Formats: sequence, structure tokens, C-alpha cells
Amino acid sequence: MRKTAEVVIIGGGVHGCSIAYHLARQGCREVVLLEKETLASGGTGRSAAGIRHQFGTEVNIRLATASVRMMETLAEDLKYAPGIELKQGGYLMLAYSEGTLDQLRRNVELQHSLDLGIPSRILNPDEVKEIVPHLNMEGIIGASYCHKDGHVNPFHVTQAFAEAAARLGVEINTFTEVTGIKMQGHKVTGVVTNRGEISCSKVVNAAGPYGAVIGKMVGLDIPLYPERHQILVTEPLEEFLGPMVISFQHGTYFKQTPHGSLLMGVGDPLHEVKEFNQKSTWQFLEDVAKKITYHLPALKNVRIVRQWSGLYDITPDYQAILGATPKVEGFYLDIGWSGHGLQLGPVVGRVMSEIILGKEPFVNVDVMRLERFETGELYPEPACV
Amino acid sequence: MDDKDIIVCRCEDISLAEIRQLIAKGHHTMDEIKRLSRCGMGPCQGRTCRSIVAQELARAIGKGIEEVVPSTYRPPIKPVKLDAFLRGEGDA
Repeated sequence: MRKTAEVVIIGGGVHGCSIAYHLARQGCREVVLLEKETLASGGTGRSAAGIRHQFGTEVNIRLATASVRMMETLAEDLKYAPGIELKQGGYLMLAYSEGTLDQLRRNVELQHSLDLGIPSRILNPDEVKEIVPHLNMEGIIGASYCHKDGHVNPFHVTQAFAEAAARLGVEINTFTEVTGIKMQGHKVTGVVTNRGEISCSKVVNAAGPYGAVIGKMVGLDIPLYPERHQILVTEPLEEFLGPMVISFQHGTYFKQTPHGSLLMGVGDPLHEVKEFNQKSTWQFLEDVAKKITYHLPALKNVRIVRQWSGLYDITPDYQAILGATPKVEGFYLDIGWSGHGLQLGPVVGRVMSEIILGKEPFVNVDVMRLERFETGELYPEPACV
Repeated sequence: MDDKDIIVCRCEDISLAEIRQLIAKGHHTMDEIKRLSRCGMGPCQGRTCRSIVAQELARAIGKGIEEVVPSTYRPPIKPVKLDAFLRGEGDA
């Protein structure tokens, strides 16, 4: 392991690997990435693997549009032979009440107002049924839909960035856990790990749900907590379902991957544990079985193959915390994605690298700075599941 | 026999050659091999391939097979229809 570096990145998820790649690509030669387990072993690899334009805040929409565009040519651009399994079958967001439909309308209006060419639109129930013919239409009064949304394989996206970064000289250390961060006054001077120390003047916290733990190492109080989310996968079926289907009202989602298996989950923020526990529960199977077969009754004869869970890194406004921290020189944050981090990793890696290298980031992410929790300028994202 | 023709994971159709390539690239854990190749992710949940991958890995990194950390056994272990969770007591 290197003893000195220009930048040390903590966390080997898609964000950490993307930052590493983008730093190296811009000529930063001494970059070290530290991961306490294996790459994509945390939230990245445990996610529902969706990519979408359909957000409800301007910054997320701008980031998402750039990120989807990047995914479309990522495997070629990074010369990653296995590919990233991109499928653009759309996202269908169901509305069962006027309130939800109004919110979806506002989201679509905002998406269109930015002139980014996002092909999202509001559908009536007949149009919904055309896209998912087997859907239980009871109670559905409309939906929003964007056919350019879709799916990627999180392990391969992360691996693509990691391999490209390594070719550019980035040192990637797995099974390397950060135990402390060294400081001189208000400046970061190094990182302490279970495998030795590295001197550096810049540290990036991309540790996902452990973001607050890493923050404490430099004396920062970051309002971020882990929340378990569970998911399951079925046996593969013939292709029959294009989009990821989401109901914010039920907290449910389901989709078919290019492999043919169905991924489905139920968000249950009221009851889910808010600690570093990523064990699966029996109750979840019952809950999913009831709720998903309500949406798509034909699925009751499909077999569940496996269930797992992962941790969201939740912030008070369900938005990420990005950028430099004025109180600690040389310390940068890319955490708090609250469940939509995978899909934005490719583009946020570029934004972060620009911030770290003192350039103007190509998407302005000022509203996501840590200080918003002190000034009270929260920036709530309404489209979260 | 060419290791391209030897199938390690029958559910996901993964050959021994693919497993050996991943190990050669530096993926020295069962978890990484599973996640990057899908080996063991199929309906049988790795009943055959787990031990073959563990053997290959042990040999490649010069360790005993007992030292290779297995990936997590995930519920429900055997494929179960969603329908099985929908019935209450008495309507089985």
C-alpha cells in the first residue's frame, strides 16, 4: 500500500470508484481508494439497480440526465468487455390519488422545464394498461412514465470504473478499513487503516451508510443514518415486463431484469431498523407477497429464489451531501444518497473530481452542501422509494 | 477437456473458464465471483457450483478449501412460490 497520496477515497462503491476514475483521468496521479470489504459490497451491489430521469428536484434531474447518457456508452468508453447490462425499459410511477398524480405532474413539468430533452409524460389508466397489460388497474388514476429510464448491473458499473481507474494508476485496496483520520489544526493530513497509514492532504468520504462514522473522525456531525431496505429476486421468466413499476403510495416496486428474473421490494421506513443490520427477515417475504401480487396477480405462481437487504444512507431531506466542508480543510463528502445513489454514481464522480481539483463542476450542486442542515435550507426530494 | 466446455453452474450456464478468468483477474473471494458472474445465483442457489468454485479458488490462492470464506446462504434457501406466503392459517 502507498504511504503517501494526493487524494484518498474512502468507500469502494460506485461513487468511490467513479471519483477515483475521474480524478485519474484529469491527471491526478496519486489516488488511493480504500474499501473495507470488496468493491460494490455495500449499498451499490444491494440496490434495485434502477436508473431514471424521473426526479422531483432540479439538481437530481440534471445529474440523472447526464448519468443516464453516460451509462448509454459507459462500457465502450471505459473499454469494459463484459458490459453493464443496460436495459432502457422505462419507469412507470403509479398514482392512486389526486395528491400523488399532482406531484407526478409537477415532477414531469419540472423535468420538461429544464430543456434537457427528457421524454417523460403523464399517462391515463388506458395508457398504463397498454404498457403493463397484466397490471391490476384497481384504483390507478394515472402515472408518469419515461421510456429512457431503466436498469444497469451495479457490480459491472462499479467494476468498469475500478478497472479503468486502475489502468490510470489508481491504487485500489480492498479489505482495508479506515480506523482514523489524522489532522493538523483544521487540515486533513492522513488516513489510518488496519493495514497502515497514508499521508495525504485530501480525503473523500464516500462511505455510504458509514458516512457519519467517517465524519466523526474529523469531528463533523453529519445528519445521516443507516436504514435497512429489503429486496428479493425470483426465478427467471420469459420477458414480459418492460418498465420498473413503482407505487410511492404503497412503497412498492418491481421490475424484470435483462436476465429474466424479477426484482421486487417494499420500502417500510416506519418499521425498518435504523442500524447497521443487513439481515433479511421473514416478515418481508410475507409483505412483498401480499403487496406485489396485488399489483400483478399473475405473479403468485412465480418462485422466489433469494432475498437480501442493504442499507440506505438517509439524510433529513433524502438528498445527498456533496462537496467540501468549510470546517475541515481537505475533507470532501459524497454521501447520503438515501436510496438513489447507484444511478447517479457515474456523473457525481465527475462532479466530485472537479470540486476536488478546484474546478467549476459541470453541474452546480451547491444546494447539497453540508451547511444546509445548519442554515435550515433543506432541499427535499419528493420522488424516493 | 477444454475448460470452456466444462459447466460449473448449470442454472446460469457458467463455464470453468469464466471462473478461472475471474480468479486470474484478482477476484479472490466467493462473493466477488458470484456477483460478477452470477455463478450460484440461480434457482438451485449454488448446490453444485459452490464447492467447485471454492476448490478452484483454494488451489489458485494456495490455501486450504476450509479457509475459503463461503458467500452468504440467503433465504428462502429453496425456491418458494409467492403464493405460499399469501395463505393464512387454515387455508393450506
